Amino acid sequence: MSKDDQILEEFTSKEYEHGWTIDIESEQAPKGLNEDIIRFISAKKEEPEWLLEWRLNAFRTWSEMKEPLWANVSFPSINYQDIIYYSAPKQKATPKSLDEVDPELLDTFKKLGISLEEQKRLTGVAVDAVIDSVSVATTFKDKLAELGIIFCSFSEAVKEHPELVKKYIGSVVPVSDNYYAALNSAVFSDGSFCYIPKGVRCPMELSTYFRINAANTGQFERTLIVAEEGSYVSYLEGCTAPMRDENQLHAAVVEIYVKADAEVKYSTVQNWYPGDKEGKGGIYNLVTKRGICAGDNAKLSWTQVETGSAVTWKYPSCILKGDNSSGEFYSVAVTNNYQQADTGTKMIHIGKNTKSRIVSKGVSAGKSQNSYRGQVHVMKRAEGSRNFSQCDSLLMGNNCGAHTFPYIDIENKSAQVEHEATTSKIGEDQIFYCTQRGIDEESAVALIVNGYCKEVLNQLPMEFAVEAQKLLALTLEGSVG
Amino acid sequence: MLKIQNLHASIEDKDILRGINLEVKAGEVHAIMGPNGSGKSTLASVLAGREDYEVSEGEATFLGNDLLEMAPEERAREGVFLAFQYPVEIPGVSTTNFMKTAINQVREYRGQEPLDAVSFLTLMKEKMKLVDIDQSLLSRSLNEGFSGGEKKRNEIFQMAMLEPKLAILDETDSGLDIDALKIVANGVNKLKGKDNATIVVTHYQRLLDYIVPDYVHVLYKGRIVKSGTKDLALELEEKGYDWIKEEADAATA
Repeated sequence: MSKDDQILEEFTSKEYEHGWTIDIESEQAPKGLNEDIIRFISAKKEEPEWLLEWRLNAFRTWSEMKEPLWANVSFPSINYQDIIYYSAPKQKATPKSLDEVDPELLDTFKKLGISLEEQKRLTGVAVDAVIDSVSVATTFKDKLAELGIIFCSFSEAVKEHPELVKKYIGSVVPVSDNYYAALNSAVFSDGSFCYIPKGVRCPMELSTYFRINAANTGQFERTLIVAEEGSYVSYLEGCTAPMRDENQLHAAVVEIYVKADAEVKYSTVQNWYPGDKEGKGGIYNLVTKRGICAGDNAKLSWTQVETGSAVTWKYPSCILKGDNSSGEFYSVAVTNNYQQADTGTKMIHIGKNTKSRIVSKGVSAGKSQNSYRGQVHVMKRAEGSRNFSQCDSLLMGNNCGAHTFPYIDIENKSAQVEHEATTSKIGEDQIFYCTQRGIDEESAVALIVNGYCKEVLNQLPMEFAVEAQKLLALTLEGSVG
Repeated sequence: MLKIQNLHASIEDKDILRGINLEVKAGEVHAIMGPNGSGKSTLASVLAGREDYEVSEGEATFLGNDLLEMAPEERAREGVFLAFQYPVEIPGVSTTNFMKTAINQVREYRGQEPLDAVSFLTLMKEKMKLVDIDQSLLSRSLNEGFSGGEKKRNEIFQMAMLEPKLAILDETDSGLDIDALKIVANGVNKLKGKDNATIVVTHYQRLLDYIVPDYVHVLYKGRIVKSGTKDLALELEEKGYDWIKEEADAATA
């Protein structure tokens, strides 16, 4: 057995470290999906009539759609009638402070190392925690409220700010956009809502930790961020999930609406259960994320570190409608064992002098498949637009795959589009160089991979970057020798 | 310090080292010379623990411990340093970050507390002077886009940082102009002491004008065929390797 194989073996025998289940009695819908279930969800959430109609319309649209098959992933087809579409942790009343939150729930956060109290006290990050589809605690709301910033659960937004939700929901990702987005629109359980008023710079990173819980519960998060003219917000999303055997479906939708001169930074660290080393179990992460730079000089930046999930299908995109608007996509996707990732972005240049930048770093190990899929589309009117794309792949061992599918559509001759791509392997030479200086192999791999991903990690807010670095090290422990 | 007895090593079933005997004591400088393909770099690699080579026979002890049993990082932590002939590029990792990781792992191994940022920077500043290396170079990705001279200087800087007991310089002179050579040699000389030893692997005598060896060994076909003082190096410079080859081939014929 060569050194490579041996270490790969050690790597693949690594178990997921966040594996456990919380015992919270779920109040849940019966399995399956039909109009009654949607009415049940809507009623449970005490939603207005228009939203129920919107959901039903989405359901009818979805019923006529087919699952997309173009992605470079394969998994057993999902039985949508075998999924529970609503489940909520039991609670007597909406908690006003952490003291009122189920202690078991808080304990789970502690296991994850994201105790809300700690978060609140130490980092000044406002956290909207989502467990099993219902928000249980929202912090720092008062402080944000002073500035007119709304940061709350989606359900709460529906109740408190129906006019905003009604105006923007589906405005970036229409119901009929794709199969999973339509499904989400029909059954979305909860999520986050964020509104930054005109000219306001949000003074803290807004952060949501997601957690998937009860067995067989699909998680259908919906996030809506609206940045009014000249505002700024940096939004963080991070997640881990418990170990489990059955596959769990996650079909989230994130919509971001950025007006003139506003800027939104959206950062994700995704560490859902990737399945075991034989490829059993793991999350199907089929996500639609899109933002629109609706006004001139608007700016939208996506940064993602994807290490989890059995299947990832995700293309955070930017519609650059306003003149001089710009979109960025920075991504690190790490796959191991039998994980499959098909991820990338779409940059749609509509306005004049729009700019986009894509930096994608894929790391594949084990028997995994890692694909970058990206589209750069410069429309007729997009005079003077520019794009720069860089797609790098790093391979570990001989059993994994890295793929790049760039699509470039240019309809305006003045556009400048650059695409660079590299594929490399972590060399034994690099590892030996490190070990010769006294660094053990695992740290060497972590060092090299973190170096490789540096350009992306640098985009993350400080506290997130540290977490992401640890995550990369953890995911790739012992991967190459 | 280092004792090598009848060391045989091969790569992909090809024998490279065929019975090396060598003893290096603290405070000594040994030069290993020899024609291309004689096994000089292999010897350096085997001592540092590169996995590509298989040791089929013989032994090597370092400070009384079986060197060949140790993983590369253990050897390093025990005080073996290899200045690479071709230092490897590690994109996105600065020399500073790299050294910090290395030093703290070595310290942990030795039961010492990790260096805090201030002590580390102080140490770095002190060692930078030794090899006349610039801060900006240390902030750049390790060896990426470095000139030949910068790479070698960076190796000696790392050596200064890690303060090895046994330093092995593998063709450190290759690709250096005379000024760079002097700087590198000067650095090595400053690091010499009565408690540490140096093995200089080189093809040319030139480097030995600046790093003066106590012993010179000539490696040919995987064996040390001749040992002597620095005069031997001068003789080689003058006469080339052919006469040694002839002598050695005649002896084994």
